[in-house]
Amino acid sequence: MTMQDRYPLAYKTYPYAKSADQDQPHPVHHPVIVIGGGPIGTALALDLALKGTKVLVLDDHEGIGMGSRAICFAKRPLEILDRLGCGEPVVEKGVIWNMGKVFHGEKQIYEFNLLPEDGHKFPAFINLQQPYFEKFILDHVNALQAQGLPLEIRGKNRVDAVEQDADKVTLTVMTPDGPYTLTADWVVACDGASSPVRGMLGLGFKGEVFRDSFLIADVRMKADFPTERWFWFDPPSKSGASQLLHKQPDDVWRIDFQIGWDADRKEELKEENIRKRVSDMIGPDVAFDLVWTSIYTFQCRRMTKFHDGRILFAGDAAHQVSPFGARGANSGLQDTENLAWKLQLILDGNATPALLDTYDDERIHGAKENILNSTRATDFITPKSEISKIFRDAVLDLSEKNDFARPFVNSGRLSVPCTYDDSPLNSVDALPGGPARSRPGSPCPDAPLDSGFLLGQLGAVHDAAFQILAIDADVPDSFSAQGIDCKVLRLTAQGNDALRDRYLGTAPGAVYLIRPDQHVAARWDSWDAVAVTTALGRAMGKEL
Amino acid sequence: MGHLITTRNVPNADDIYEMLIDAHEGKTKEQSDAFNARLILTLFNHIGDSDVIKEALKLAEA
Repeated sequence: MTMQDRYPLAYKTYPYAKSADQDQPHPVHHPVIVIGGGPIGTALALDLALKGTKVLVLDDHEGIGMGSRAICFAKRPLEILDRLGCGEPVVEKGVIWNMGKVFHGEKQIYEFNLLPEDGHKFPAFINLQQPYFEKFILDHVNALQAQGLPLEIRGKNRVDAVEQDADKVTLTVMTPDGPYTLTADWVVACDGASSPVRGMLGLGFKGEVFRDSFLIADVRMKADFPTERWFWFDPPSKSGASQLLHKQPDDVWRIDFQIGWDADRKEELKEENIRKRVSDMIGPDVAFDLVWTSIYTFQCRRMTKFHDGRILFAGDAAHQVSPFGARGANSGLQDTENLAWKLQLILDGNATPALLDTYDDERIHGAKENILNSTRATDFITPKSEISKIFRDAVLDLSEKNDFARPFVNSGRLSVPCTYDDSPLNSVDALPGGPARSRPGSPCPDAPLDSGFLLGQLGAVHDAAFQILAIDADVPDSFSAQGIDCKVLRLTAQGNDALRDRYLGTAPGAVYLIRPDQHVAARWDSWDAVAVTTALGRAMGKEL
Repeated sequence: MGHLITTRNVPNADDIYEMLIDAHEGKTKEQSDAFNARLILTLFNHIGDSDVIKEALKLAEA
């Protein structure tokens, strides 16, 4: 049986090997099967396996796909990887950047600094080719597998059929040795924007398709452009309606050219035509190699619900955005941290499957926010009507000399984690004077401590433990309720202004209840065991 | 937030109207469209209140 690859590989990391499961007379059962071995699937599998759950990943290829694809990784996903144990090598290899410049023709009209506050372990953004990003996760997985991590990845295992009943999901899996059958309590499809699993279940994926296309060229060159994001509207080279220049590691630069909906893909992808565009942009005398090229069109769309019974969807399989704002892979990783602890509580018998409805609530809220931002940026970059272009150009014209017009310029609003404001898992804010940024539903902001950083000490990845954080407040040494042993961390904001600004505001002290994904569930001005017990139950979905 | 003023608010309507028409004098349709767009955005910034702008957008639909 030959199975044709759909794309070339950058790294063959999990070559096909026949599993004992394939020779069993009856289907072998697994607690969790993840379909898709990309960054979202592996991050989710790793998160669950670190919590002690046996996870099987099925991928129809044997490793990491070629091509830089996602290149901008934001702070929150880096923090998530850090919890999983592989954030540091990613940042070490990546290019850290903060400054963006926007040009209209030859003139610079706007620049922004992502202004990373002090006192965070991770920068606002790094640029890194996606294969490296995936490789760091997989290297970490391999190292932990050697120590007994209960995570198995099977290459060239293509899921051809999915069925579910009340008790289990049944998968028909094709391999080079023929088909076999597996069953699972839970299946998570992380199989990308064109998700075959979504198709097999006949689930919709609705949204907007934009009438434009972009040519990506990754070029290797020795150039002294600064480490900044440069975006041109109507670039002087006329190489596209807009163009983007962004630095990656290894002297590689990402260049995007906006070439229009009617572009002839075959013609545009000819090497001599790409080389001409690039030379027109960077100058005829700069030598360069083409590393990777591609043409993409884009959509903003999502599923109506992110789970159907025992089958869940995460990452691009559940929602797709246009690339402006780096909200694709970044939001997919936030799906995984939201899902992992909920699934773990259910597997441990500490929550009912109703908790998964809040995966829908919270991550659809995130997807809507990402789609909204990404759609607005796309409408600015690719105006959809004559009048829309007139206003766009008016903004650009005014911006050159008038600061007031610059906030209207939209070349992408960059990914930030969303706050789950209306989540049914939140309790009412009971910290008068507390800062808005750490209100219930917020991702915990990092802060410097004498011994490193705050986030590294919250919500250990090894179990789905909730965290009690007390700042200048009396709390017990340990606290158990609702079947959960909460972790307790006591800190003082004396001499730590960052911690005070981010968690106390004008309050003298505070008690926070923090979920395993480092989002705030509840907060108070002082310890109240009854209130904490109630809030903990609510955050575990007991009131749903 | 604030409300759109829908009662008479300019003391010199004829003067302002003339200023607007004069500003478009000698412009092509394309130049006038661009000018109007810049003007609207500039006034939006002056108003600075999305509730007022929302009411103005609604009124202009009529």
